[in-house]
Parts: sequence; C-alpha cells; structure tokens
Amino acid sequence: MSSGTSEEEQARTITLEAFADTIVPGEKRSPTDRAVAGAAEGGGAVAAGAIELLELPGTGLAPDLPNFATALNAHAETYAAEQDLALDGSVPPFVSLSFAHRTELVRRLTAIAHPERPLWVLLALFCNMAYDTGAHRHTAEAMADGHPGLTAMGFGKPDTDGLWRFSDFTYGRRLANSHPHTTASGSPA
Amino acid sequence: MSSSERTDVLVVGSGFGGAIAAYHLAAGGAKVVVLERGPWLKADEFEHDFLLGSSYTRIFDFVVGDGMSLLGGNCVGGGSVVYFAAMPRAPRFVFERRGSIGRRMWPAAISRDTLDPWYDLVTDALPITKQDWKDVSFAGGLFAAACDHAGRTANPVPVAVDNTRCTNCNWMMAGCRFDAKRSLLLNYLPGALAHGAEIRPLHEVQRLERTDDGGYRVHYNVVHDVDYREQVGNGVIEAEVVVLAAGAGATPVILKRSEADLGPMPYAVGRYFSGNGERLNTAVINEEKAAELLGLDRGDGRAYAANQIGKGPVVASWDNLDGDLPEYHRYSLEQLYFPPGFGTILAQVPDAAGPSWFGVEKKDLVRQWQSWLTVFTMIEDDNEGVFGPPPPTGNATRISQQMLGHGPLSYHPTPNTLRAWDETDAAVKSILERDGLARVTPWTNDLVGAYTVHPLASCRIGDDPATSALDDRHELRGHPGIFVTDGSAVPGALTVNPALTISALAERAIPGIVRAAQQRGVKVSYGAPGPGGDTGARRTVLPLAAKQLRG
Repeated sequence: MSSGTSEEEQARTITLEAFADTIVPGEKRSPTDRAVAGAAEGGGAVAAGAIELLELPGTGLAPDLPNFATALNAHAETYAAEQDLALDGSVPPFVSLSFAHRTELVRRLTAIAHPERPLWVLLALFCNMAYDTGAHRHTAEAMADGHPGLTAMGFGKPDTDGLWRFSDFTYGRRLANSHPHTTASGSPA
Repeated sequence: MSSSERTDVLVVGSGFGGAIAAYHLAAGGAKVVVLERGPWLKADEFEHDFLLGSSYTRIFDFVVGDGMSLLGGNCVGGGSVVYFAAMPRAPRFVFERRGSIGRRMWPAAISRDTLDPWYDLVTDALPITKQDWKDVSFAGGLFAAACDHAGRTANPVPVAVDNTRCTNCNWMMAGCRFDAKRSLLLNYLPGALAHGAEIRPLHEVQRLERTDDGGYRVHYNVVHDVDYREQVGNGVIEAEVVVLAAGAGATPVILKRSEADLGPMPYAVGRYFSGNGERLNTAVINEEKAAELLGLDRGDGRAYAANQIGKGPVVASWDNLDGDLPEYHRYSLEQLYFPPGFGTILAQVPDAAGPSWFGVEKKDLVRQWQSWLTVFTMIEDDNEGVFGPPPPTGNATRISQQMLGHGPLSYHPTPNTLRAWDETDAAVKSILERDGLARVTPWTNDLVGAYTVHPLASCRIGDDPATSALDDRHELRGHPGIFVTDGSAVPGALTVNPALTISALAERAIPGIVRAAQQRGVKVSYGAPGPGGDTGARRTVLPLAAKQLRG
C-alpha cells in the first residue's frame, strides 16, 4: 500500500493485493499488514510484484482494475452475508475475510459454472505470472534482486550477458531401448 | 496504400505452410507477396526475458476459446520460431483413420508411403536430424529411464535443431537466440527473399473478395507494432492465386469473414477442428527415488532437479502407436518443457486438500519446480471443434497488448476424446508413480478449457465434399485459386507432433498451386532445389510433381 494515494486507490490496491495473496500466498510485510494474510512462508504474489504487473499497460487490465476491486468486494459482501460473517468496516470487504474464506470465495468465482469465471481466471493468471515469471521486470534483473518466485523455484541464473546456457545438460548415455519399429530417420513406422 | 497493387501470388502467413509456398513460387518465377500478422524478429532480438513486451510476448499468441485454448506463433516464421522443433513423421495408421465420420478421413491419394518423399524434402531443407543419447537433456533422460523401468521403450525424437549451436537454454518459445533451432528464418524464408518474394510483417489479412477477372482482392489491416489491439492502416492487394496459411486458428476465420463477398464456404470450413488430442501431465520427481530406482546421477550428487535445462521435448515413448490397436486407443507420450507462467498455472497439486491450482499447497508445488517433469500426450481426438462468428478483426478479440486474446472456437470433448485422455493419464501415472518415483497430475481443463500447441483440421483436405473443405490438391472447394497449406488442412490428430506433416503436405501441394497459377497466366515453373541448394530428395518427387502439373 503506497502512501500519498487517495483512500479509494488504497482500497482498490489492498483488495487486489488480497486477491493476489490468495492465489500465491506470502508472509505479512509488517505486523499490521491486512491485505497479505500471512498464510505461507516467504514472499508470495504481492511481494513478487503482482500489483506492478497488473498496472502495466501491456496486460490490458489496468483500466479495469477499479472494476475488478469493486466487483470482488461486492461478491465478498454477498458471501459474508450468506456465511453470516461480520465484516470489519475498516478495510474493504474482501480484505476483511479470513484467508480460508478468501480462498473459498475465489474457488467459487473461478469454478467452471460461474458466469464471471473468465474474468477472475484472467486476474489470477497475471497474479500467478508475477510470482512464476516476474513479468513486470527484466528476468535477469529480477533474478539479481532475489525475486521471491523465481528464487523459490530455484530458477537457474543467467550468464553475465543475461543469457542462459547450460553446458551440463545430459546423462550422456542410453537410458531406454528404442521402439523396434523406428525408421532409419528416427520416426515411428 | 494503393487499391491497384497486384501480385501473382499472395501468401497469407509465413509459418510452414506459407514459407514453403512462398519459396517455391518465387523460385519458380512468380511475383510473391507474403502478409504476416506478426512482427519480424532476427536472432539478436530473441530475448531471454519474461518481461511483457519482450520477444516472448511479441511472437507468441494465446487465444482462449470456449473449451479450448490455442497457443501458436505470431511472427515472421510463424510456429517454426516459437515451437520446440520436434519433427517425427506421422505413423502409418494415422492416414487410415476414420474418426467421427465413419470412413477414411484422409484423401485416398495420401498414405505414409506416398507422403514419405515429401517428408524427405523437408527433412533435407530444414534440416531435421536424428538425435543421439548424448544430445538428450536430463529431463529426456529421466523420462526414458522411467519408461525403461516401467517396461516401455523410449526414443530420442528427431529434431530441427543444430546441436552444435544449442545451449540447452529452454527459451525456445521466445525464439532461438543462437540460431540453433532451424526455424524457417534460416531456410525457406531467406530462399523466398533471394528469389524476390516480399514479406510484410504486421499485416493482418481480414477478408478476401473475388475480382472481375477471377482473381482475388485481399483486404488487410496494418497492426501497431507494440499494441496489437490497434490498427494503424489498411489496404488491399489483388492476386491471381491466394495461398492461405494463417494457421488453423485463423485460416477458417478469414474464410468465414469473406463469405459475404465470396459466397458460401464449404461446410467443413471452421468445423472438424482438432487439438491434436493434446494434454499435459506434471510429475514431481522424488529425487532420492530417481537416484535409487533409475541410477541417475548428474555427476554432482543430484539425480535430476533439471526441469529448466534442455531444448523442449527430446524423448518420446511410442509403444501405443500400434496400428493393430483400435482407434482412440493409440497415442504417444513425450517429455516436454513448458516455461513458467502458462506452464505452471494449470499444473495441479496431487491429492490437494484445498484448491488444486492456487493457494498454499500450489505454492509448495511450485517450490519444487526444478524437480518437475512435464509429459505431453497426443491422442486421437474426435475433430469436435467448431468456429463461431468471426471477431471484428483478426482471429481473436485481443485482451492484452500482445499474446492474450479471446477467440471464436468452441470445443466440447466427446466421450472418445475424454476416454482417450483418461487412458493416457493412467499410462503416465503407471510409468512415473511406479515404486514412488513421482507424483503425477494432469493439467486442469477447468480454467481455460483444454489447450493445444498444435491446432489442426479446421479447413481440411479430403475426398468427401461434405466433410472436407479442400480437395486433395488443397484447393478450396467452390473457390478456384484459393489454396490452404497450413495445419488447418491436416484432416485430424496425428498422435505425434505435426509440424513435419504440415510441411510435407505443403510441399506436396506446391505443384498443384503452380499449375493453377500457370492456368491463370502466371509465368511460373516448378522444380527448384531445396532452399539450401539440396537436390537429393528433389529428384524423387519430380516425377510425382510432374503428374500433378499435368492435372
């Protein structure tokens, strides 16, 4: 949550952060962090840069992010009413939900029968990409800065020119018999 | 932009179907213009970078449909620039398939035997080479060893890769930085250019109409070079002959959009789409078991942990490619690499207590990414894909500036397809979960439907006008002078990677296209050597071509 933004923008941001944290959960950035639920160790989608990625023009989602947040909070209100949950009025409704309830709501919104499924899957896709690829940054730079997702995955480091090369790549020996009907060109008969 | 621009042959798309046509027609003396909707990148522009806007998103397209998503190339060179270059020939039984129509799907004139000389041509031209075990990546070796442990065979797959240049970086989907992958940028396309063909990138064909003299007028938009949702111009070119090779996800869309001007299309345009029966499974390898059961050792104490290293698929298991088995029970299993992003979101947690594709357990699965082994399965599907009304432009309503869009394809798998996928899932499990080697789950189809990197058959060849859009010379029924040479012409799933078969069919179609051009007054001949000057395989096909040239 960056300072100096309007309350509306802050509400939008922490709602999207809470969604991103539901897709790839992470540890709280501070004891007072409400958006990140702290359901997993290490950085999650939020620390990986989900909001920065969503806000890039390239995703095509940036103009619609306020609508995503508004819709998500409306779903959260309906869900809370249905589950008889009390919402904490100091944060947006989705942020107010526990991690387990956020998870259940996202599961419902992305279920095959839900009419808005393509939209929520799209949002989830970019949150996931923030963690798995850091697509808002040059990959070599993200790696050098210890990007939480690529680091956790053990993504190998590039050479000094920013290109990946693996000179050690093979066991170098036959590990199975070839199919008896393989042709001279190496194809199935 | 001029409405009077004319060419002899207009080629739509610069992937295998377009590049091969452009080369031969230009080499034969025709004036050839190639319109390609994507950008034109050279080797030093292919970046190792996941950043949005890098080559990874500029040259690759992901089109979400209803029940099926298509992945493919969007650049000069088309699929050859983004693919993994696995180039097996289709097994013999494929050409005898009956599929959902209850009779032979392929034209009587085409069998493995009659296609082999054309396969040979492409094999020389790219070239395609057999791989040795020393070329096989750790992931391929692990899959081979697991197959062997399960009593199966496994083969190194023939590839269009120059292994002396390959760095095993596994960035093939972003284009090959090292010119190791033998894409069309290294053979047919420079050959076409040398013979005077023009290639125009970022030109997206919208529709065709007929001219008064029996030729065609081709309407295109010029696409913005960063934001593909924007058009920055448009124009028309007239041609005597049009070769459509926009890919199986786009060729039928262009034809359906042209229907108002050209008249009714054959019934099979935009129907009988096949995803090549594709499906993916992710295995998480138990590293200790890989050492203990398979005796694998990278030399540094690690047994595997090498998901990232390699060059896509290098080993396949072909035990189920048996023509004696009934249709829908024949399939291949192939080790594959898929980069993070799309390659991770659809992977599912084995026996998840909570959500299988997101959340805490999924994060833990991703943490083990270097121990993942991806297995690609290719079954015989039922050609159940159908295209709906075309979007306003292109073949998709683009969501993002690049790469991501929503297209008009719907695909609802039949019981034959679903059962065949179940059978391959079980086969992968039986190989990789044996003795605790790994945990395996298929990718979910619940998010973006099924998916294919090899769209096929949406405008297919055949002998039966009711179930094929093209005759066996690839000419569009009822619309003389329009030919289709891309994956949409392939009648159905091939049970193996299809690029070589698409290319061989395109090579086979060329003499017929040359003849049609000649009949329309174009001064063009057939018989050029391969783009590298090779003539060995050419000698075998010349008598075959002579027959087609006589009609």
